[in-house]
Amino acid sequence: MSNPENKPKFRWHIVVFLAPAVLVYTAVMIYPLFNTLRLSLFTEVDQERMFVGLQNFRTLFGQSVWSDQFWNALGNNLWFFVVHMLVQNPIGIALAAILSHPKLRFASFYRSAIFIPTILSFVIVGFAWKLILSPIWGIAPDMLDAIGLKSLYAPWLGKEAYALTALSLVSVWQFVGIPMMLIYAALLSIPDEILEAAEVEGITGLAAFWKIKLPLILPSIGIISILTFVANFNAFDLIYAAQGALAGPDYSTDILGTFMYRTFFGFQLQLGDPHMGSTIASAMFAIILVGVCIYLFGIQSRMRRYQF
Amino acid sequence: MATARSNRLNTYAAHGALILYTLIALFPVFVIVINSFKTRKAIFREPLAMPNADNFSLIGYETVLKQGDFFLYFQNSMIVTVGSLSLILVFGAMAAFALAEYRFKGNTLMGLYLALGIMIPIRIGTVAILEMMVQTGLVNTLWALILVYTAQGLPLAVFILSEFMRQVSDDLKNAGRIDGLSEYRIFFRLVLPLVRPAMATVAVFNMIPIWNDLWFPLILAPAEEVKTLTLGSQVFIGQFVTDWNAVLSALSLAILPVMALYVIFSRQLIRGITSGAVK
Repeated sequence: MSNPENKPKFRWHIVVFLAPAVLVYTAVMIYPLFNTLRLSLFTEVDQERMFVGLQNFRTLFGQSVWSDQFWNALGNNLWFFVVHMLVQNPIGIALAAILSHPKLRFASFYRSAIFIPTILSFVIVGFAWKLILSPIWGIAPDMLDAIGLKSLYAPWLGKEAYALTALSLVSVWQFVGIPMMLIYAALLSIPDEILEAAEVEGITGLAAFWKIKLPLILPSIGIISILTFVANFNAFDLIYAAQGALAGPDYSTDILGTFMYRTFFGFQLQLGDPHMGSTIASAMFAIILVGVCIYLFGIQSRMRRYQF
Repeated sequence: MATARSNRLNTYAAHGALILYTLIALFPVFVIVINSFKTRKAIFREPLAMPNADNFSLIGYETVLKQGDFFLYFQNSMIVTVGSLSLILVFGAMAAFALAEYRFKGNTLMGLYLALGIMIPIRIGTVAILEMMVQTGLVNTLWALILVYTAQGLPLAVFILSEFMRQVSDDLKNAGRIDGLSEYRIFFRLVLPLVRPAMATVAVFNMIPIWNDLWFPLILAPAEEVKTLTLGSQVFIGQFVTDWNAVLSALSLAILPVMALYVIFSRQLIRGITSGAVK
């Protein structure tokens, strides 16, 4: 702004300011990203890299050895996402709504305590819940017994039918703090005048939440939805920490991240295949891109934003 | 809301819900930590009892400290986290300043280019990153991790910091220019001190994901001497699955540093989120 556009001297300082960030970002993030997309078009024959076009994608979607695994991982990943959207985000919004009540005492204590699981690593979370839900230790069955529901207990993480849902809920437990904080911030930014005006009209309590606050925080709900989407379709650590690279029992907790890891890094007797790994990564890239585009062009641009 | 007739029942219900959820959030951590101080027998017989004189035992911690090189892992995690945070902050602030301060051809385009990485996870490019690190000999060094985390953190850092830098008054910078300060001095002397709160927010946002990451240490730096604490505890626990004392102690030791960081920085973190830095 301060430098007139027609100044003849080349402004080297702009280059100096931009260069380090742009170089590191381009070399370590953008270039590998496109290189991975490129590698998905190659394969290795006799230790030589060979261009094969879309052959890898035909293998991934056409050969049932691969496609079964892929659709299984994608389906599991969708369920993982659905559980987060249906459990994590509503609980987060509810907690934020309660916390944002202006006269609530100890609000900052609750807020800090509920955020603690979010700062723990997946390794801690995965193993801690594995121990707690384990039938050997017996904390979970004992606690259910105490409230008379022992019959409901099952070794959830070991049963194909429950393992994925159980791990999704563990992940929900871990990350509920993020939607809570973001929605809390959005609720705090609603001006008092609006709420007072509503109160004069007789709209208070729950009605005020549904009719006044919820419409005003819709943009933030959009943001937490897309953040959840990207994080879920890129997840890996929790499944790996709790169930290992094989995402047991019998691949029932396999998601795209673990599938890609197994494929390109190899496990047990299967050798790693960087080209098929890149192919899966490209599919993940496409899925995330579609999600982000739906959000940016379909949801965000249509949402009304209120300026206070 | 100033005159809300908050009746008592509502207040009790609110506290009830929050206490219940707080218990759910803290219970697993609590169970892990108390049992790490108990004998094997007590862990199984009374998992919910507090450690006392009868069942107190540090055997798990002894195993952990004898078998795993946790001090080395901790040191590696520290180097990686502090190193990447410093690079994110310095490089990010410089780029943010260039975008916020100067009008030049391609400014908007550059901003969009740098913002791409906010939504696209760097993990997608892992195959090519590993290949590159192998070719440059950086695999199994802490530099590999520092570079990857720097690249991963830069987009959001540039985005947040440039928002803040636009708010720094032009008069101040122009006064500096009249006094003959170079653009570099204006940035380091005048602008940087003013955006310190935003820098702290960026640092806190990046710190925990970097410290906790398992994916890149597992793939880029799995060697013993460069293991981070997260990977080190994952491997250790995997080996000692049946030694409950050791597993519980290792978990407690892994919880300790993040909790310390959280206690120190939680105010900053919460202020950062609630001030709308990520809107």
